[in-house]
Amino acid sequence: MARPILELRNLTTVFPTRRGEVRAVDAVNLALYPGQILGLVGESGCGKSTVLLSILGLIARPGRITGEVLLDGRDLTKLSNRELRRLRGKEIAMIFQDPLSTLNPAFPVGEQIRESLRLHNMLPGPWLWPFDAGRRQREKERVLQVMEEVGIPAPEARYRAYPHQFSGGMQQRALIAIGLACNPRILLADEPTTALDVTIQAQIIALMKRINQEHGAAIILVTHDLGLAAEFCDHIAVMYAGRIVEIGSVDQVIENPQHPYTQGLLRCIPNLKERRPLQPIPGSVPDLADLPLGCAFAPRCPDFQPVCAEGFFRLQPVIENGRKKVHRSGEVHMARCLRLTGYRMPEDD
Amino acid sequence: MTEREFFSLQTRPEGRLRVERDASAHPSEARPTTPLIEARRLTKHFPIQPSLLARLLAGQRDRLVRAVDEVDLAIWSGETVGLVGESGCGKTTLGRMLTLLHRPTSGEIYFQGRPLVGHRVLTTDETGQVSRAPYYRLTQIVFQNPYSSLNPRKTVRQILTAPLRARGVKRPADIEAEVRFLMDRVGLNPSHIDRYPHQFSGGQRQRIGIARALAMRPLFVVADEPVSSLDVSIQAQVINLLEELQAEYKLTYLFIAHDLSVIHHISDRVAVMYLGHIVEEGATDELFAAPRHPYTQALLAAVPVVEKAARRSRILLQGGVPSPIDPPSGCRFHPRCFVKKGQICEQEKPPFFQVNGQRVACWLYDDHPHAATAPSVDAVSLEPAKGRQ
Repeated sequence: MARPILELRNLTTVFPTRRGEVRAVDAVNLALYPGQILGLVGESGCGKSTVLLSILGLIARPGRITGEVLLDGRDLTKLSNRELRRLRGKEIAMIFQDPLSTLNPAFPVGEQIRESLRLHNMLPGPWLWPFDAGRRQREKERVLQVMEEVGIPAPEARYRAYPHQFSGGMQQRALIAIGLACNPRILLADEPTTALDVTIQAQIIALMKRINQEHGAAIILVTHDLGLAAEFCDHIAVMYAGRIVEIGSVDQVIENPQHPYTQGLLRCIPNLKERRPLQPIPGSVPDLADLPLGCAFAPRCPDFQPVCAEGFFRLQPVIENGRKKVHRSGEVHMARCLRLTGYRMPEDD
Repeated sequence: MTEREFFSLQTRPEGRLRVERDASAHPSEARPTTPLIEARRLTKHFPIQPSLLARLLAGQRDRLVRAVDEVDLAIWSGETVGLVGESGCGKTTLGRMLTLLHRPTSGEIYFQGRPLVGHRVLTTDETGQVSRAPYYRLTQIVFQNPYSSLNPRKTVRQILTAPLRARGVKRPADIEAEVRFLMDRVGLNPSHIDRYPHQFSGGQRQRIGIARALAMRPLFVVADEPVSSLDVSIQAQVINLLEELQAEYKLTYLFIAHDLSVIHHISDRVAVMYLGHIVEEGATDELFAAPRHPYTQALLAAVPVVEKAARRSRILLQGGVPSPIDPPSGCRFHPRCFVKKGQICEQEKPPFFQVNGQRVACWLYDDHPHAATAPSVDAVSLEPAKGRQ
């Protein structure tokens, strides 16, 4: 398999609070390969958005990031803000959740899309740079092209429109256009369709799929909608309380879930085909400042054994067809559950 | 199709109401044909009044947002009717009108076959006593957003006491006992009685909202997207709670949601709304198995599903929902429709056609072999059809 373009190694994001340190993201290992669509699934507060923000170094103090974020072997956590700014939007672009609060209401949408082209100097002129009158025109043409591509009708007329003149779906498209303007290799999408209706969601998802196929951009999609992740992604990572509890290809995770949390999530989604009683997961998400020792899901787990509360343990490879495969993160179906080892605390390798 | 569903689709001759009123003198008679609550040509228009300056300088005039336009809906006792549609299609406005939180612009609401007079309605209780009851005693609503629908400055005790007092529970000891009972019933710890809403999680707040609605002992509850702001695992808990309460207190629900899988799970019948009109209505299983209206088909196809086998080909609708200020002429769905029949779609509002168990407002079923023009619940929409024949 090709080398991953983005690799997270032991990524941990900590926020100090009055009640102690909160590990919003706890030792996350992920690998994103070129052209891959990775889904990050979990309930609110499980740290999935924080993973994306940590990748781009957007964690405000006093939050701290430790671990490594490797983009082509470069560790992004070691870069200065100035160096990071050169990457944001150009190499890695982010699509935020709420378009209305992300777009600046005081500037026309077209100008906001042009901004990233301008800041990254994507369309440089020969040498007259500060006096390059044609640059603005070239950038505008590129913006119109991107707007056309994301399906904003009449881009010429819409270029000068303000965000409030756009509908929710159009605003989301404008955000995607901002993300796409510089042709990034990685697109981080943080719940891009949560605020939208299903018919508009279907349009946006089709658009992102097309971008993935035509430009080869790798996508990390953060969502709480397992159905959406199952339809759109190649790989899925399920997060719970800041940790990845299960990871694997869509078929592995959805058809053969191993972690009790994933199984519980799948059971409590209403089914469109048949009506069966919903089996909710009892209890609620634990307080991140006061996590239980061992498995964070243990207090809600139906398969709880005393050993589960004894200490931290790694993701375990799922044994399929009776054999354990050599694993690298993201390639093999893994789950963080002691059931897989027969409730024996694994020895650290 | 059960008899009840059958009757939901039949014509009710105008004189029937009087007959019903006479029959109410004999409350022992079972009346399965009377809906618990019925909306007839219910309409809500919100005026947009431009400022004087805008009038004089820009020449702007009053405009109307046609949020709900001549909607007919009948809900029988004990059933759950799901109301789906995209945002802005008027489903919340309809729900609010049915609880009188909005005064309808025109149209009537009938409760147990009797029209609403002001805020009061005649009801028959179990002993056969006919009394005038305030409408709010009989209908309650659970709001969408549990963060903004609870007063942050009131404790759970205060929040739940208000409806109990309105119902006539007077003695403090009774009130306290009932508040604790309600909290326990909806799955809250009664020892948290003096906590404020911000001390609860989203799911727990929604439980408070449900307890508040239950405190009035209503017959009919409008659940306005009660689970859309909750996480999936919590969502399932709340849905199960609503179902338990329905079975226990024989509640009737109008369940508003934009999530079709939730609607499919909880509803007996489903009504699909688009831009202020109901475009299709039918029993849940039939409607989900064979959606007739192109909008319903697109809506169903757009739902992402977990099961691999269940994934269908997408119908991608173009564009967004038009503005209800100047809705499209004729069938309101025609600008986005992918199976448009022709001129007629743009010019005339389709009446309801009866296709098997469903009521569909689409010209496609005009000459459908299984279709019969649905009996005229609303006479106006039928007139163009007569003219054409």
